[in-house]
Amino acid sequence: MRSETRSLIWQIAGIAAAFAILVGWLVTADLTETERQTLDPATIWGYTLDHLKITVIAAVIVLLIAIPLGVLLTRPGLRKAAPAVRAIANFGQAAPAIGVIVLLAFWLGFGPKTAIISLVIYAILPVLSNTIVGLQQVDARLVEAGRGIGMSQMAVLFKVELPLAVPVMLSGIRTALVLLVGTATLATFINGGGLGILITTGVNLNLNVVLIAGSLLVALLALTVDWLGRVVEQVARPRGLS
Amino acid sequence: MSENKISENAVAQNITGASIMLEEVTKTYPGQKKSAVGGLTLEIPAGSIVMFVGPSGCGKTTTLKMINRLIEPTSGKIVIDGEDVTDMNGDELRRRIGYVIQAGGLFPHMTVAANIAMVPKMLGWPKDKISARVDELLELVSLDPDLYRNRFPKKLSGGQQQRVGVARALAADPPVLLMDEPFGAVDPITRQRLQDELLNIQSEVQKTIVCVTHDFDEAVKLGDWIAIFNEGAQLEQYDSPERILANPASEFVENFIGSGAGLKQLTLTRVNEVELEDALTTTPGKNASDVLSQLQGAGRKYAVVLDSRGRPLRRLDRRQLSRAQIIEGTYDENMPVVGEQATLNDALDTMLVASSESALVTGRRDVLTGVITVQTVMEAIAAANNAEDADHEAPVGLNSGAINVVDIDGAAAGQGGESA
Repeated sequence: MRSETRSLIWQIAGIAAAFAILVGWLVTADLTETERQTLDPATIWGYTLDHLKITVIAAVIVLLIAIPLGVLLTRPGLRKAAPAVRAIANFGQAAPAIGVIVLLAFWLGFGPKTAIISLVIYAILPVLSNTIVGLQQVDARLVEAGRGIGMSQMAVLFKVELPLAVPVMLSGIRTALVLLVGTATLATFINGGGLGILITTGVNLNLNVVLIAGSLLVALLALTVDWLGRVVEQVARPRGLS
Repeated sequence: MSENKISENAVAQNITGASIMLEEVTKTYPGQKKSAVGGLTLEIPAGSIVMFVGPSGCGKTTTLKMINRLIEPTSGKIVIDGEDVTDMNGDELRRRIGYVIQAGGLFPHMTVAANIAMVPKMLGWPKDKISARVDELLELVSLDPDLYRNRFPKKLSGGQQQRVGVARALAADPPVLLMDEPFGAVDPITRQRLQDELLNIQSEVQKTIVCVTHDFDEAVKLGDWIAIFNEGAQLEQYDSPERILANPASEFVENFIGSGAGLKQLTLTRVNEVELEDALTTTPGKNASDVLSQLQGAGRKYAVVLDSRGRPLRRLDRRQLSRAQIIEGTYDENMPVVGEQATLNDALDTMLVASSESALVTGRRDVLTGVITVQTVMEAIAAANNAEDADHEAPVGLNSGAINVVDIDGAAAGQGGESA
């Protein structure tokens, strides 16, 4: 527990230091007029907010789909369907994100909406599969004990199974969030907005400073989201388990 | 202290258990030709402990779980306290029946108190009544409420978890307690203690207890009645431990009892059935030399140190007393102690393990009741071998022969026909 806290402190300190170095470098660097305009703090802040907005919306949709689906797929009646559904979710993740995003855009039109849909497809697997695994690893005897003392199936699910599955589920959610932050970069290809625009601009106009700044910002954002996820995991872990 | 008194006074002397009647109960799993339980009719008298024994896969656990309908019977009727519960809401039924599984089955993310409070909460008891009940039950299973109430199960030993499991099952004061191999996961010494404790608790609460075990010695020790099952929950014999040991009904039962049935007499006599010696007792803080002179005056080997509730803390012999200034109050884990409901077999074991020719005997809530010696045990064996079997009527138990039927339809039909 203490080593976990220490590693959390190191992670956020590292992120802050890297961010400070990036800012310091941008302030002191000899920038051209185009670079200066593209890297205007207000603009970048706007891109970051867009980026986070896409990520958060996609994440919420992922949770709303994957957790209930995971719960359903561990119930006696539907247990047999679990491998098939997981295979489909696996396909969503294995397919190259850029391909999915572009193909969907041709079908559903360009813009943030399509970007969000393809992100959801991409990030559903870790949440779904960790929900299933988390629920499956709950000791069957505890479920029986709950039923045996007169808890209804619903009560066992909400008071025993889900709380005990929380640690595994949270780590899946964290993985999904990190995937989403990184992959949301691709939204820019279909006019979806976000920090990806810095990278494409950097590449197209051969502005290396912009390219590097954009990539680093995305990486730092992903690491920050990962850090937040790990904090939540520590806080939300049911007491008595460790 | 006061909690202890309240709960002790609250204990009624009469039986609070309910009778259970299984009528022609059959369980056939889809796709299986043989019934797991075939047409079993079994009477479980109120306030008694009935042990289900048999080889693994014989259907004893299935039978147990059909009583609280964790497993729904394919056909037949379950009657508890005269009420047909075969079709009532299963969850509501189970809230009225205590259920204990191996290792307690405690929820690891809930404190001891929260675990015990589960059923009263579902029944909508007020908060203060629940917390009073939790403390009362912890006292009953010999765990200090102040110490254990807020602990998580992980911080408890196996035996303590099992105790909390029993407390949880008793929380709403159900008339019936079902136990599925409750002491299978603990070491032999702890198991013996838990068995003694269960018997002590039962002497206070007088529930109807149905307990599955694969250990025949455990069945003899705990059971008022033992049901020995063969495959398909075919009842081989259903009778008192004494009579099963004396007259095994079949070769199967004979093999199941195993050799040394004569020595099993040791498991039939309990410590509280033999005459115990009084112990010379003292309390922490007393002057050691005073106790020593008392000890020499009485011609005893040991003085027993008791805590404020009369529970033994340690034994001190003359040498230890002559070395000490005042009596210490620390607890000695290696001191030989048996419950008064323990069998002579247990008592002998305990003495041998501690290399001592005597052991302390404790009763309800671990209060010292006396001392048992090797000599007492030997005399009791001799007496038991000469004693006659008690005369009593065994409860009803039979199968209606559905086991030989091959298909499910036939099983149902055959059973209906033969029952009349």
